[in-house]
Amino acid sequence: MEHAAVKAADQVKPLLSHESPASVVAYRGGRAVGAQQFLADARQLAERMPSGKYVLNACVDRYHFAAGLAAGLVSDKVNLLPSTHAPEFLRQLAQFAPDAFCLTDQARCDIDLPLLRYPRDLGERVPRRAAVALRGGTASFCVPQIPQEQVAAIVFTSGSTGMPVPHQKTWGRLTHCVRDGASKLGLLDGRAHTLIGTVPAQHMYGLESTVLLALQSGNAFAAERPFYPADICAAIAAALRPRALVSTPIHLRTLLAAGIDLPPLDLIVSATAPLSQELAREAEHGFKTRLLEIYGSTETGQIAARRTADSALWRLWPGVRLRTDHGQVYAEGGHLEQSTPMCDVLEITGEDEFLLHGRTADLVNIAGKRSSFGYLNAQLIDIPGVIDGAFFLRGGADLDGGVTGIARLAAAVVAPSLDPASLLEHLRRRIDPVFLPRPLLMVERLPRNATGKLPLQALQALCEPRSRERGSAPGAS
Amino acid sequence: MPDKASLMQQSAPPVDDDLEREIAALFVQALNLEIAPQDIDPEAPLYGAGLGLDSIDILEAALILSKQYGIQLRADSPENHQIFRSLRHLAEYVAARRTK
Repeated sequence: MEHAAVKAADQVKPLLSHESPASVVAYRGGRAVGAQQFLADARQLAERMPSGKYVLNACVDRYHFAAGLAAGLVSDKVNLLPSTHAPEFLRQLAQFAPDAFCLTDQARCDIDLPLLRYPRDLGERVPRRAAVALRGGTASFCVPQIPQEQVAAIVFTSGSTGMPVPHQKTWGRLTHCVRDGASKLGLLDGRAHTLIGTVPAQHMYGLESTVLLALQSGNAFAAERPFYPADICAAIAAALRPRALVSTPIHLRTLLAAGIDLPPLDLIVSATAPLSQELAREAEHGFKTRLLEIYGSTETGQIAARRTADSALWRLWPGVRLRTDHGQVYAEGGHLEQSTPMCDVLEITGEDEFLLHGRTADLVNIAGKRSSFGYLNAQLIDIPGVIDGAFFLRGGADLDGGVTGIARLAAAVVAPSLDPASLLEHLRRRIDPVFLPRPLLMVERLPRNATGKLPLQALQALCEPRSRERGSAPGAS
Repeated sequence: MPDKASLMQQSAPPVDDDLEREIAALFVQALNLEIAPQDIDPEAPLYGAGLGLDSIDILEAALILSKQYGIQLRADSPENHQIFRSLRHLAEYVAARRTK
């Protein structure tokens, strides 16, 4: 009997690791929300959920999102976390999960699924029974134990064929990964840290490094998602120390360029795209703290970190290893269920370290949103009236955007019956806005070579002014 | 029945066109937009459909506004891009808040 009980405890992981009912899980509008309140909110939300198995959790407020995730965990529902809400992507998702409903906290929600509005009356007061328990001490502070094998969330990548590829995330793997991360980031030192995130909770990085990281390390996250530099600085200044900023190269670059006072931090975490050593040093100097960069992917979750200001080498999470087989790098061990092929070009430099040399050819990553040329091209060619078309990266570093440094995609399209505006409208319904082509070139034919392939250089040449239609008119400068 | 003066008042632009054109030119250049500044519809939304700016552009645009006009934008959430609901609205906002 005793042996069975031990084994059962081994097969579950707690929803959160906060030790007392009043331990702070989140700060929302300057108010602290304790673990007891959070669990009460999650249970009440679970009771109001319809019978479907899948929740598209679209809550913008990080606390609402976390309550939706926890409600799913205690009622064995799966949170669906697509990286985009483009209608065509959601249509494909509905085929995958026909009984899905959408949990939203926005007054306006265009998502074409049955809607569950985040109830406004949650969190107003601790339910009576729980309030009594609070006064009576920790006796009835009961943290749900979630089976390790339970699927907590499904995240999606674009795949290469035009259909989204689901990646199931079990509670055991997610918590294992995040707990390893918490110790690497120094968040298990017994102090109460506050995590301020500029990334959405629905993104794999945001999910792991804000909501799950706080829940699994006994720390707190800020519910708001500040956007403009002044908002981010105000959110930092409002948080108790020690406080950490969970952000991206784009936000850090913008913050440093904004020319405003930067409140001191105790940790900066960055992911989604590699950060330059120069920017990392500037950020460390500006916020008077260290910056740790995290490496991961939708498939693997987070697997490595580095202090970018000091070293280009990435250190793997405990137990995670890389190996190469026929030129393909795989990650395995640690929280990884199986050997997982990596989509980036990695150079293994030691048993637990590597260098990152960029992305493999088909992969596109813009501002942390990932897709593939295969997926984008399939969506483009699927539009009625499009005869041929291809997305591509424009050449030359000088074409990068301003301070944010984002290089946009271009596309060349053969579609005599469509004008650029209506073609863009079609695309907007199918793909995330960050992938919309800039420029969108309407051409008579694509520069395919004898074997039907499209050399990148030929596509890039289309962007040069003199080969553009409006630039080729006689007398045009 | 409105008199001639009030009709003229109604049709008069609330801010000078020059500021609108100046902001349009700054955005087109900094964001690599595929449109001539004078072709931007001053009443059309800048975010989403319309001019087609996305949240990365909005961050970049916010920096332009801070550098050029000394305005630090604030919003409740990333989804709240009210300031960018049209070029005309943005120009009015800049005219009212600019510090340089």
